[in-house]
Amino acid sequence: MKINAIARPGGSVRAMATDNSTSEPVFRVENLTKIYRTGDVEVRALNGVDMTLYRGEMAVLLGPSGSGKSTLLNIIGGLDQATGGKVWFGDTELTGCSQRELTRYRRDHVGFVFQFYNLIPSLTAWENVALVTEVSRHPMRPEEALAMVGLDHRMSHFPAQMSGGEQQRVAIARAIAKRPDVLLCDEPTGALDSRTGVLVLEALSRVNAELGTTTAIITHNAGIRQIAHRVFSFLDGRMSDCTVNETRVDPAEVKW
Amino acid sequence: MVAMRMLDRKLLRDLGRLWAQALAVALVMACGVMTLILAMGASRSLEASQSAFYDRYRFASVFAEAVRAPRHLEPRIQSLPGVSAAELRIVKPVIITITGMTEPASGVVVSIPDTGESAVNRLYLRAGRLPGSRVPGEVAVVEAFAAAHGFRPGDRFDVVMNGKARRLSITGIVLSPEFIYAIGPGDMVPDPRRYGILYMSETVLSSAFGMEGAFNDAALTTMRNADTRAVIEGLDGLLAPYGGTGAYGRKDQMSHAFLDSELTQLFAMATIIPPIFLFVSAFLVNMILSRLIALEREQIGLLKAVGYTDLAVGWHYAKLVIVISAVGLAIGCVAGSWLGRGLTRLYGEFFAFPFLIFTHGIDLYAIAATVTVAAALAGASSAIWATVMLPPAVAMRPPSPTQYRSLAGAAVPTNPLFSQLTVMVFRHFLRWPLRSTMTIIGTALSVALLVTALFSFDSIDAMIDTIFFRADRQDATLTFASASGPEAVTRVGDLPGVIRVEPYRSTAVKLKNGRHERRMVIHGLTQQSELSRVLDRDLLPMQPPSSGLVLSERVAALLDLQIGDPVEIELMEFADRKVSVPVTGIAESYVGLAAYMELTALNRLLMEGRRVSGARILVDEDRLDELYAHIKQVPAIASLALQTVSRDRFRETVRQNISYSITIYVTLAIIITFGVIYNSARIQLSERARELASLRVFGFTRAEVSSVLLVELALIVIIAQPLGWLAGYGFAVLMIRGFESDLFRIPLVISQATYATASLVVIGSAVVSALLVRRRVDTLDLIRVLKTRD
Repeated sequence: MKINAIARPGGSVRAMATDNSTSEPVFRVENLTKIYRTGDVEVRALNGVDMTLYRGEMAVLLGPSGSGKSTLLNIIGGLDQATGGKVWFGDTELTGCSQRELTRYRRDHVGFVFQFYNLIPSLTAWENVALVTEVSRHPMRPEEALAMVGLDHRMSHFPAQMSGGEQQRVAIARAIAKRPDVLLCDEPTGALDSRTGVLVLEALSRVNAELGTTTAIITHNAGIRQIAHRVFSFLDGRMSDCTVNETRVDPAEVKW
Repeated sequence: MVAMRMLDRKLLRDLGRLWAQALAVALVMACGVMTLILAMGASRSLEASQSAFYDRYRFASVFAEAVRAPRHLEPRIQSLPGVSAAELRIVKPVIITITGMTEPASGVVVSIPDTGESAVNRLYLRAGRLPGSRVPGEVAVVEAFAAAHGFRPGDRFDVVMNGKARRLSITGIVLSPEFIYAIGPGDMVPDPRRYGILYMSETVLSSAFGMEGAFNDAALTTMRNADTRAVIEGLDGLLAPYGGTGAYGRKDQMSHAFLDSELTQLFAMATIIPPIFLFVSAFLVNMILSRLIALEREQIGLLKAVGYTDLAVGWHYAKLVIVISAVGLAIGCVAGSWLGRGLTRLYGEFFAFPFLIFTHGIDLYAIAATVTVAAALAGASSAIWATVMLPPAVAMRPPSPTQYRSLAGAAVPTNPLFSQLTVMVFRHFLRWPLRSTMTIIGTALSVALLVTALFSFDSIDAMIDTIFFRADRQDATLTFASASGPEAVTRVGDLPGVIRVEPYRSTAVKLKNGRHERRMVIHGLTQQSELSRVLDRDLLPMQPPSSGLVLSERVAALLDLQIGDPVEIELMEFADRKVSVPVTGIAESYVGLAAYMELTALNRLLMEGRRVSGARILVDEDRLDELYAHIKQVPAIASLALQTVSRDRFRETVRQNISYSITIYVTLAIIITFGVIYNSARIQLSERARELASLRVFGFTRAEVSSVLLVELALIVIIAQPLGWLAGYGFAVLMIRGFESDLFRIPLVISQATYATASLVVIGSAVVSALLVRRRVDTLDLIRVLKTRD
């Protein structure tokens, strides 16, 4: 079956170098377009985007709302389908996958973090993470994942008993616990103040550094760009610019 | 003004969006309204038809029979205080022979005064004319009997009257308030084919039965405020010397008693069932409205922020409830009126009314409207109150997240017994205990409703089994024209095809214990009785004890008697001779008020020597026709009851009658289940869309995600089953109690198949509603749900 045939791109985990030529691509995006139609109105959310993300890379996607960055993230995360163009995850063409195959892809390879955490209110922190590890192939233990985000002392708390920053870190623990190949974060600090936002960014950086998980972060906040290997800027459904950070900044030093 | 219109527009759009759920609630309401209108409408229509028929055709209020009383008693009867009119009649059993019908029919012939118009129990003439006075061969017959045989005025048939065969010519088709429900000997339901009421001229009958200057039956109407008891006592005093068997009022008159018990049942249905539906619909309204308001928190805040008063906002949501109620009310009123007419017609066929009066009291609709809207608003009150009380600033912030509790401490299980999906199901279930409980109750009520509807088949089957296969196993019962000596039994034994003969003696009595008293018949049976048997409380045959009286459970309860207690017997056939006899046994009996004695013991009591009233016989089936042909010729036989025909007729009639109500009940139960399950699933879906979408994002399959919702529903439906069985049992007990009368007692029997069928129907409709909701889970818009704030 094709779903099981989706192979992890690349082999062992290596430290990310700025020189991309030595890494294998995780995602290849070619001339991607997405058109939303509501009645007679046609909105071009993506208008011919080309990009490549490499293994172990931390990418920041910047741009005003409506620029197409979220649509791109949703398509490479297997949540949405493209109108035209192609997306490859390793050797698998995601744009040709069925709904069932996309479900399997999300289950095995992708971790998501959203602006509004999306924790299950009826499950504790530990259980929210276990929810995902139960159905994963090579997960870490939930307490391990929670320890990585510095929440090993809050495992039996329900979402309603935690602060926003803590909830977001549980969401990150949940996303990384299955050892995903990619971590896709849509405005992970959007609902947080700067102090808790830093904690969340630290958790993401640590995961990226220690596990080598390819990480894509969408943000409005230009300060966050400094923690990335590469920064992609979006405008009107196109990628307007791509810069490589020669020197990355520690999340604690990010100017908000 | 313009602003109000905007709110109304919002109302319409909300309804458009919620139409499926609103319709489900409206349908549940409609069920309540429908049963109310249906049962109340039918019961009022029947009552109106009954009372119009009684009034216009002067239905008697006191009845009495005697052996042979002189007509010169008439002025003394007329002048009893309170009596407004008296009709003294000759009423005698006849055997009827119809060409082309092998088994003999029986009937009674009633005299009509030579003046033509009776003062009491007047006849409604449907066709033709009344028989001429003094014209020997003319007869009027009741409509049901005529219809069963296709008789029209001018047709002829044969009867055996007082041992003589006669050919009668029909002059007219009539109906009588006295025989709205005409039931033949040995029958449990009317069978107009085998039982007819005939009317003939008084002069003709008195010469046919040797009753010149005499009567054996009196029917009296009384004045408005007359003391019926005093009239009965006075009449008893006058008739006692002439074999009077005790006068009685309407409640002991067969036709009236049956009609009355039917009306009571309808009334019970009108008062027991609708509240169930109103309760469920109030709960559903509460559920839907609470959810809607939770979703519209910010809009409520905004409305208040721009200057709408608290009251205006509250009224806006109240209107939503009122509109839903109005839809339910309209559907219920239309369906109820329509089905009510159907039900009234069905009763009209079963009971012989000359006309039906359909009453549509505006008040009934007004009551239905008030009760329904009130129940709905009561259900909505807490939700509406919450909108009124919500301060705008608070409303515009999202509500604080739901607090959950751990099931068993907060310890982190290292090797969890349940998957996290299962934990989600249980926590959610327990987080909303009231709602979960109400959903369970709603579902259980539909199971209960089905059990209540379906158990009647079991009980009727058990009743048929007991009566026809355990107690009275004879093929036929012959009644002699008068009590006869043992030689009559020998003669019956000589009839062709008769395999076994068992004599019996029956006598009308009044049993008394202190202030309790009841009229009934004592049946005398031989100890060797094999065909007709007395059953004990375990339904096992018991020998009638050689002395003393065996009472059925109901009689014992009515008279407050136990084994060993003495009971006073007033022998009606013997001028109120009174004797005291001990109760020596308690028996089970489902029909009428029963008391049994050993035959010789009864004869000793009556001091008449060895007399019998009739015989029960077992017949060689192959020689039935021969036997029928003979019986028609035997003058001493007054009537013949055929057990098999009776049984089949009973079964058929009961099935016909209950299948109508069962169809209605099953539909209602399905609607409740659907309303409850579909709505709770939809609400859950709306509350948990975000949660479920997240699961889909993490890579859970559609089946896994739906299972979170559906397992909880399944849990609710499963827990509801035993509760529903229990409640159904309770309703069944209430129904049985409601139906219990001196005429009938239905045993409480509920088969496992009934419980299973009830559960299957409910589970089936739950599955359908779950599938409908599942389709929505499958098409959840992941991105949109996740992008929105909770």
